Amino acid sequence: MANMSLKKNEMPAQDPHVRNCNFQEVALGYTEAMALDEATRCLNCKHSPCIAGCPVEINIPAFVMKTAQGEFEEAYQIIAKDSSLPAVCGRVCPQESQCELVCVRGIKGEPVGIGRLERYVADRHIDNVKEKPVKPEPNGHKVAVIGSGPAGLTCAGDLAKRGYDVTIFEALHTPGGVLVYGIPEFRLPKAIVKKEIDGLKELGVTIRTNMVIGRSVSVDELLTEHGFEAIFIGSGAGLPMFMHIPGENLKGVYSANEYLTRVNLMKAYRSDTATPIKKSNRVAVVGGGNVAMDAARCAKRLGAEEVYIVYRRSEEELPARAEEVEHAKEEGIIFKLLNNPVRILGDEQLCVTGMECLEMKLGEPDDSGRRRPIPVEGSEWTLPVDTVIMAIGTSPNPLIKSTTQGLETQKWGGIIAEEPSGKTSREHIYAGGDAVTGAATVILAMGAGKCAARAIDEELNPKQ
Amino acid sequence: MYKILKKVNLNPTVTLMEIDAPLIAAKAEPGQFVILRVNEEGERIPLTVADFDRSKGSINIIFQIVGATTELLNLKQEGDSLQDLVGPLGVPSHTEGLKKVAVVGGGVGCAIAYPIAKKLHEQGTVVHAVVGFKTKDLVILEDEFEKVSDRMIMMTDDGSYGDKGLVTDALKALLDAGEQYDEVIAIGPVIMMKFVSLLTKQYNIKTVVSMNSIMIDGTGMCGCCRLTVGGETKFACVDGPDFDGHQVNFDEAMQRGVMYRDFEQKCHQDVCNLYKMEVK
Repeated sequence: MANMSLKKNEMPAQDPHVRNCNFQEVALGYTEAMALDEATRCLNCKHSPCIAGCPVEINIPAFVMKTAQGEFEEAYQIIAKDSSLPAVCGRVCPQESQCELVCVRGIKGEPVGIGRLERYVADRHIDNVKEKPVKPEPNGHKVAVIGSGPAGLTCAGDLAKRGYDVTIFEALHTPGGVLVYGIPEFRLPKAIVKKEIDGLKELGVTIRTNMVIGRSVSVDELLTEHGFEAIFIGSGAGLPMFMHIPGENLKGVYSANEYLTRVNLMKAYRSDTATPIKKSNRVAVVGGGNVAMDAARCAKRLGAEEVYIVYRRSEEELPARAEEVEHAKEEGIIFKLLNNPVRILGDEQLCVTGMECLEMKLGEPDDSGRRRPIPVEGSEWTLPVDTVIMAIGTSPNPLIKSTTQGLETQKWGGIIAEEPSGKTSREHIYAGGDAVTGAATVILAMGAGKCAARAIDEELNPKQ
Repeated sequence: MYKILKKVNLNPTVTLMEIDAPLIAAKAEPGQFVILRVNEEGERIPLTVADFDRSKGSINIIFQIVGATTELLNLKQEGDSLQDLVGPLGVPSHTEGLKKVAVVGGGVGCAIAYPIAKKLHEQGTVVHAVVGFKTKDLVILEDEFEKVSDRMIMMTDDGSYGDKGLVTDALKALLDAGEQYDEVIAIGPVIMMKFVSLLTKQYNIKTVVSMNSIMIDGTGMCGCCRLTVGGETKFACVDGPDFDGHQVNFDEAMQRGVMYRDFEQKCHQDVCNLYKMEVK
């Protein structure tokens, strides 16, 4: 008999006023009892809409059933068949708009806590299972993967499982892409990412860091001189956007990419590392997505007294996950909604002293379906801040495009790739993730990596 | 990986290192840079490729000890390795079609100016080198510049070597004597590049400067190195590091360059103290 409780088992979390002073993980994870109880809420319904709701099509009812029976490792193995990064997805996937959105239990009450269960079985696997995966029989084919973010890691993992000799090329000194430079420690501990990557290495994947493809080696050289038969480009959307308003080059204005990279990749929050970051008292973060929430919560943890989210639409339109917005509010982040910066003010030393904003109101829906913000005439006001963080989006890095002849891209820089194979305008070259779609989510990038792996396999190893 | 093959102290605060880096050596062009980390907790710092040997698979870097990271780097010896090294990054210096060029180098900036002068010389461009240092003890790369230039003028601020004065004084003298250049390439402290650019503007000579902004990734990802050029924001790492000196907002670049000075000084102090303790 299923557990008919209308509510999910709540996720234990650090107290907001404690956690906003440290970088340890906010959500603490289910206990075994909670996991067992939550898993019994699944009805194991016949049509299983959750599977189609998952971009990598994990057999969710099967893993939840195994969890309910206390067979946690079996549950993990079911997830691992379709996902290369279970412990990561259990933490950062927007389940509320995917698998959990379509869960039958959500019709009346809350859906099954699929993400929380995924995290539980993945963490339990990492903690308890020490034997290494068996390396598959090599099939003699070599594939290069550019970028070690979620798309690249997934593509590499899936190909390695099929026996391919895979090399990942990463531009930074640590693999993981946005999982290490972007998403903060308190949301996704870097030790977890490292373990997932170590798992790929055990499968036989080679990772070469400090390799900027297009500079160190070109895509064409990988194909012609280094013996790779196919290439997957998962180089992400790493180029920060700015608003092009006066004062953006003042000292104390950061792109969210820079701020988060200093904090996460370079560990500027720790006193034993060499990378500096500004000690701020009053911080304005411009933007309303997950990246904006991450930047604001980092600033708070670094000791800023007041941290503002400045967003030009209303709460309803905030692109960030509801959970992240909630967490940010609990931690004392102040939301200045329906406001748009018009210029940043500075002193003689060019240090930021404030940000002039214009109040907005919402008009008719625009192309994105969200109500268009309209300036309120004469409503300028100044928010006194010493730091401004621009979190208004990113676009793909043009380096690969500009160094790879015949690789077609959209006007805004995204690589043009067929769905779902990821085939580009160039033979043997595939692409997926943010490099194709522009900034999106970890799981969508993983889905693209997975599909490309399948297409590459079909090209290089066609079934007899 | 990234083994230090040779280390030479060029002057009390400037060091040359030859590093084993075949992939970088195969691709590097004058004007490009690398980013390195000395150790696992280290920051990423950009340094220009001062020279490269494609057949040997090595590159040279030349750095001045200004902060904690360069101090730590300088503690490394021949046979030691760097934690990380990535490159070549940035757009190579434009040298095509230049017939006669004045290369102006200031202090450790000469390390960046030298490979460009060398390339120009090798392609048959007439090179006039104007190099300036604070004082005689700080002079670097004198023989190297001598070899690759048709005319070389050595300047020191205090007159202890070469002529007394600033590089702008020497350049002005050349221009007033009727020398005509297709281009002036000025590399050194931001303040020097600013005044060279102001000078050449009066003579209407195209001037290229190399901007050594603070960087993290060096691939266009963070935007830390941004500067204003002709009213537009550019990233030194991917749009540069070379820019039109008559368009660069040098005052802003100077301010952005010292953003972390307090932090750097404290770190430098800490490293020195640790080193002193270890030596004891």
